Amino acid sequence: MSTVPISVTVDGQRYESDVEPRQLLVHHLRDGLGRVGTPIGCDTSNCGACTVLLDGKSVKSCAVLAVQTDGRSVTTVQGLANGTWHPVQQAFHAEHGLQCGYCTPGMMLAAVDLLTENPNPTEAEIRDGLEGNLCRCTGYQNIVKAVQAAAVAMQAEGAAR
Amino acid sequence: MIPASFDYARPDSVETALAALAAGGEDAKVLAGGQSLVPLLRLRLAYPSVLVDLGGVSELRGVRDDGDALVIGAMTTHYEVMTNALVREHAGLLAEATGTVADPAVRHRGTFGGSLAHGDPAGDLPAVALAYGAQMVIAGSGGRRTVEAADFFVDYLQTAVGPDEVLVEVRVPKLGAGWGHHYEKFHRTAQAWALVGVAALVRRSNGSIAEARVGLTNMGTTPLRASAAEAALAGVDASAAAVASAADHAADGTSPSSDLHAQSDYREHLARVLTRRAVASAAGL
Ligand SMILES: Cc1cc2nc3c(=O)[nH]c(=O)nc-3n(C[C@H](O)[C@H](O)[C@H](O)COP(=O)(O)OP(=O)(O)OC[C@H]3O[C@@H](n4cnc5c(N)ncnc54)[C@H](O)[C@@H]3O)c2cc1C
Ligand code: FES
Ligand code: FES
Repeated sequence: MSTVPISVTVDGQRYESDVEPRQLLVHHLRDGLGRVGTPIGCDTSNCGACTVLLDGKSVKSCAVLAVQTDGRSVTTVQGLANGTWHPVQQAFHAEHGLQCGYCTPGMMLAAVDLLTENPNPTEAEIRDGLEGNLCRCTGYQNIVKAVQAAAVAMQAEGAAR
Repeated sequence: MIPASFDYARPDSVETALAALAAGGEDAKVLAGGQSLVPLLRLRLAYPSVLVDLGGVSELRGVRDDGDALVIGAMTTHYEVMTNALVREHAGLLAEATGTVADPAVRHRGTFGGSLAHGDPAGDLPAVALAYGAQMVIAGSGGRRTVEAADFFVDYLQTAVGPDEVLVEVRVPKLGAGWGHHYEKFHRTAQAWALVGVAALVRRSNGSIAEARVGLTNMGTTPLRASAAEAALAGVDASAAAVASAADHAADGTSPSSDLHAQSDYREHLARVLTRRAVASAAGL
């Protein structure tokens, strides 16, 4: 079993690891680094539960090999809060944007990516932007409301700065 | 599932990539964005001995203006293609169709070249490349060769790219003023994969349709041109009625597959309806 050395920054901390080429990023995060905030929801890269940010852009961590992230930076749900919750986390809490919570880490990171790209999205743009993230509980209504609330909060935060 | 073991090479040029493929033998495989290949590895439907990751080959990435054509590097991601200013200006159909591929996270990783080289008849971009009459540049041990889109897609998941070759770049001709475009697809809500898709490029002049090109997604084992509908459209009045009657020929000569989500006769019906919508929209009707 040959391994490859990689150096990846996860949630602001740098990790040097030796990984098998076949190791998926999500398994590296969960089993290699013990960062189990990122769940696995499917075997087909459809559900989006495992979504993380790779150099700031959303990716499905079950469709990326750990070796492909050498030298790069990954943000998981565990890196979103910075002393206080991220506005997207606050909004999911306040607007009840979850029920079982399984889709929530991926949903929030997809929402962060969406709001970075488009700070003031319409409802249709929110539904489109979250199209790769499936939720079996909520019916999406409160998820959309949460993203709308987060957009308002982040714009107010930006304006206050 | 966890993929079966394989070795990994990360070359930094096309030449070293070709050398790594040659050294890896028959079961060596190129890894591009991984958005088709990694799921196949996870499902253990692919067993490569070595993956040659093109992620470090920077010459394969980006879009350049080459006069009468745009040249798009194979490793340019869907996201980069759809947001690129040159693509939006000169290849609007490609930008539009790429925006319908999968979802944002997949588009951040998946590549234009990977979508073409994979040769999935349900993929959106092969029909677009066919409608444009794009040219694919393929590198192998004997140098580079150029293959027309019409000769590139050979069969289900089979293209002109040999196992020891690399798709390097794609030349998309600029069509110039007077051309309209639209990509119309029908898919299930939870998945963006097309049951059927139609890529239309239409040139209008003096109130009639001078030329129409119609590419079909998922109407056979390869992307197809709806030649009978194209012929029926040439020279007709740019009217909804004329477009509708030409679009009735969209499925002529096709033999689409049947699966869980659509029978072949339903796919034929979709091809006609979607062609009518795509051509009408591309013609500004
Ligand atoms: C959830 C999900 C939904 C999707 N929905 C859609 C959709 O709606 N429409 C759509 O069109 N696609 C869809 N896709 C597929 C996506 O577009 C992929 O990006 C694309 O099919 C493959 O590109 P890739 O760069 O990821 O290639 P990879 O997965 O890395 O490679 C695919 C195949 O092509 C070969 N290959 C790749 N690049 C080259 C090259 N330069 N030279 C030689 N061989 C090469 C590889 O060896 C492999 O066999 C979806 C994927 C997922 C995971
Ligand atoms: S676990 Fe479902 S998309 Fe990654
Ligand atoms: S809250 Fe249960 S899957 Fe979304």
